[in-house]
Amino acid sequence: MVNWIWLFFIVLSFVAAAATGRMEALTEAAFEGAKSGVTVSFGLISVMVFWLGLMRIGEDAGLLRKIAVLLQPIVRFLFPDVPRNHPAIGYIMSNMSANILGLGNAATPMGIKAMQELQKLNPDKDTATPAMCTLLALNTSSITLVPTTLIAIRMTYSSAHPAEIVGTTLAATLVATAAAIAADRWYRHRSGKPPQWKDRGSSGPGSKRQSGNAEEYAAIANDRSTIGSVGGKGEVVV
Amino acid sequence: MRSLYEWITALSAWIIPLMIVFIPLYAAFRKVPVYETFLSGAQEGFGTAINIIPHLVGMMVAISMFRASGAMDMLASLIKPLFDQFSIPSEVLPLGMLRPLTGAGSLAFTTELIKTFGPDSMIGRIASTIQGSTDTTLYVLTVYFGAVGIRRSRYALKVGLFSDLVGFIAAIIICLFVFG
Repeated sequence: MVNWIWLFFIVLSFVAAAATGRMEALTEAAFEGAKSGVTVSFGLISVMVFWLGLMRIGEDAGLLRKIAVLLQPIVRFLFPDVPRNHPAIGYIMSNMSANILGLGNAATPMGIKAMQELQKLNPDKDTATPAMCTLLALNTSSITLVPTTLIAIRMTYSSAHPAEIVGTTLAATLVATAAAIAADRWYRHRSGKPPQWKDRGSSGPGSKRQSGNAEEYAAIANDRSTIGSVGGKGEVVV
Repeated sequence: MRSLYEWITALSAWIIPLMIVFIPLYAAFRKVPVYETFLSGAQEGFGTAINIIPHLVGMMVAISMFRASGAMDMLASLIKPLFDQFSIPSEVLPLGMLRPLTGAGSLAFTTELIKTFGPDSMIGRIASTIQGSTDTTLYVLTVYFGAVGIRRSRYALKVGLFSDLVGFIAAIIICLFVFG
């Protein structure tokens, strides 16, 4: 799907630019886009470095696992195939709380870290698991209590009631999130048996069936943990 | 609504400093070497941010071309009659198309609409609601999956775009209902 969207954008842009005579602008836009891609990534470095550092402290102190236990019921519903007490859940909950409070620069690093934890449970490292798709759905529709940026802009242009859109925004975001969760559920069921971490026990090299979930995760996490994260350490998940 | 808003902004202002202080403090009580642990996590964050660059560059090039070529205006003019039918201000239509693609671009467009039509106009209110009610789907997908090297995103993009569409329509209907 991403392949097609990408190709669609480029081909359609070329055709439209040819029709409207904007070829020079198109060239400029391509390089502008590349530049802003790097600028945005560099902007991410500071928040990623800081938050992942801080959250590693939280993880090692066992805080994330505490959060995961506390919020078990919600997570069981949204992420049925992620094992109890897995650190991924702590990160998912931190990500969701940051989104709700409108802390965008804290939400992204925690969401990415949650993805990396989910990737450890993924038997096929190129393909997203249902849990990953659910996490993404929650983030694309992200529930926000107070849209601070917009209130600030409305204040700048001297609105009589800058915060009057808080209610409508919350209602719209709830509808969008409900739609995301429903669609995610529908696709999850339709796609049949998803690639699950359990399946790996019989197929992967060097993996052995063990009693108890935690040990099995530890095995998977250990031999796969470095994938996707430069300098990731092989943490034991027990 | 006003007091709730103030309460939430106050909470937002406190929450990050509290986390910065509470997490290391709690960890220190649990005998975790706080600074070294911070560094090992931070190291990982740096690598992840660097990994994202190719993904973001690829996506941003396509989106930037799409905007500059006039393709978006062409698509918008195709959908415009539908908006006129329901007497919805069609000025917000490009915003609906821009929102899932680029956060900075759609924020600039929203600001422009607020500036032109006023923040308390129907267009200004609808634009504010659309902009605030959802996140940039393509950016989130690129960054989150790019960071772990997922190349086949399966149905994730469809779900994201579907919820954007639902959110866009909901924002318009809710605003027309509440402020109309």
